[in-house]
Amino acid sequence: MIDSTRYIADEIQTLKPSGIRRFFDLAQTMDQVISLGVGEPDFTTPWAVIEASYHSLEKGYTAYTANAGLLELREAISQFLDTYFNVKYDPKEEVLVTVGASQAIDVAFRTLLNPGDEVIVVEPSFVSYVPTIKLAGGVPVIVSTDEAHAFRLQKEDLLRVITPKTKAILLCSPNNPTGALLNKADLADLREVIIEHDLFVVSDEIYADLVYDESYTSIASLADMYERTLLISGFSKAFAMTGWRLGYVCGPKAIIEAMTKIHQYTIMSAPTMAQYGALEAIQHGRADVLMMKESYQQRRNYIVKALNEMGLKCHLPGGAFYVFPSIQSTGLSSEAFAEQLLLSERVAVVPGHVFGDSGEGYIRCSYAASMKQLQEAMARIERFLETLK
Amino acid sequence: MGVVMNEKQLELLRLIEKNGRIDHQTLADMLALEVNQVKEMLTALEQQAVILGYSTLIDWTKVLNTELVTAMIEVKVTPIRGKGFDHVAERIYRFKEVKALYLMSGAYDLSITVEAKTMMEVSRFVSDKLSPLDSVVSTVTHFILKKYKHDGVIFDPPEDDDRRMMVSP
Repeated sequence: MIDSTRYIADEIQTLKPSGIRRFFDLAQTMDQVISLGVGEPDFTTPWAVIEASYHSLEKGYTAYTANAGLLELREAISQFLDTYFNVKYDPKEEVLVTVGASQAIDVAFRTLLNPGDEVIVVEPSFVSYVPTIKLAGGVPVIVSTDEAHAFRLQKEDLLRVITPKTKAILLCSPNNPTGALLNKADLADLREVIIEHDLFVVSDEIYADLVYDESYTSIASLADMYERTLLISGFSKAFAMTGWRLGYVCGPKAIIEAMTKIHQYTIMSAPTMAQYGALEAIQHGRADVLMMKESYQQRRNYIVKALNEMGLKCHLPGGAFYVFPSIQSTGLSSEAFAEQLLLSERVAVVPGHVFGDSGEGYIRCSYAASMKQLQEAMARIERFLETLK
Repeated sequence: MGVVMNEKQLELLRLIEKNGRIDHQTLADMLALEVNQVKEMLTALEQQAVILGYSTLIDWTKVLNTELVTAMIEVKVTPIRGKGFDHVAERIYRFKEVKALYLMSGAYDLSITVEAKTMMEVSRFVSDKLSPLDSVVSTVTHFILKKYKHDGVIFDPPEDDDRRMMVSP
């Protein structure tokens, strides 16, 4: 028998599966696990959104939409961004509706990169960024953030990794896994470097609606940034619509047009029923978003205090639904900590190193779990820490 | 009458309206306050009669050895000069069977929710207590057959198993 592996392209053969996978497999085999390892909301999509999608199916809206997405939806996205984030995009030419923000990131890099172009990735980061850049022929260049600066990218660190080959920087604020928020002052600092070195910005703003202590600033709203920025977002996190796979990307006309070429040949259009749901969400879902946000904020306050009190130091994350406590005081690697915690106390967390080398010594805890689960998880983690003493 | 609340007070009220049994320490942690601050806020809200009580939502249909009949009664009344509807409302809400009473806009004036052990008791309430009141012009009684949702809580919700993957990026 022939080994089918030999038909697989070299690049894919050497592509490593995400480090999260191992924990997923392990946790799957166990009962009574409380999971703080989930990267998605614990809410179900607001009912009105589900109804709107139902209704579109009942009416028989089951055909493709325009490649860029329903014009009504693009208009609503444009209106939404103008109202809440002070950025203006022409719905006809500067908005592309995608299959999740993930597809937008993929198409962005395939549109922007020539072979060998360098893209700066700020770590700890979402696990898909580096592989996506590589698959697009680019070279990811890592810049690390640290706890001392609450995991916010520092100008000096950015300057250090820029080379003549640097084409773009990928920003994600609020950040998965650290929850770090780049506020207006942070972004203004970075903006100087970005403009001086003529970098392009791919800005993953999927958590922009889940910001707790300060107001949110999109880097695209800063002076002279519009031309050099792709604003990527979606419905997954704020509207609890992860399974709908619906996102969008906004940017200057020329780039959106180029991205739409790839999109039209590879995807055609994002799922129609999901687009109708998203239309309802973005037009009438604000109250739901605010309700969920308030609930996340309360759980964040609780978990940050609880972790710090038991000696797992963590900063107060400005957004998203993750905390990123240090486990260095235990002397364990993050992988060993997460594995032992799972096996002995049945609490699933994600070891920080899967988000990049700078995540070693930390774990990611998602607080998109009920207060009851969080309280039980904190009790279990405390018990686990006792056994390490 | 009425008090303007600050953001923290509003958040506290929204939290305990959904769950009145969260302990003070947890409330304090969730609101990023000190436990004493939460206690003081609650005391003040109770004194201002913003918080009127802490009750428990019970599905009595699950308790086999009790009977409970709930009726909603639409009442048309003649308001009394100088006292409007308040006078007759007070005469009605003092009956212990009356669980809720609202003044309504539209085709009738008062909406009464009555709870009793049997339909007979409800019927006696309407014929002996409610209808004889001078101001009451007419009544229409509707019995509740099944409660699906009450005070924002779904009775017998569909099984709520978390379908998310245990670990995801």
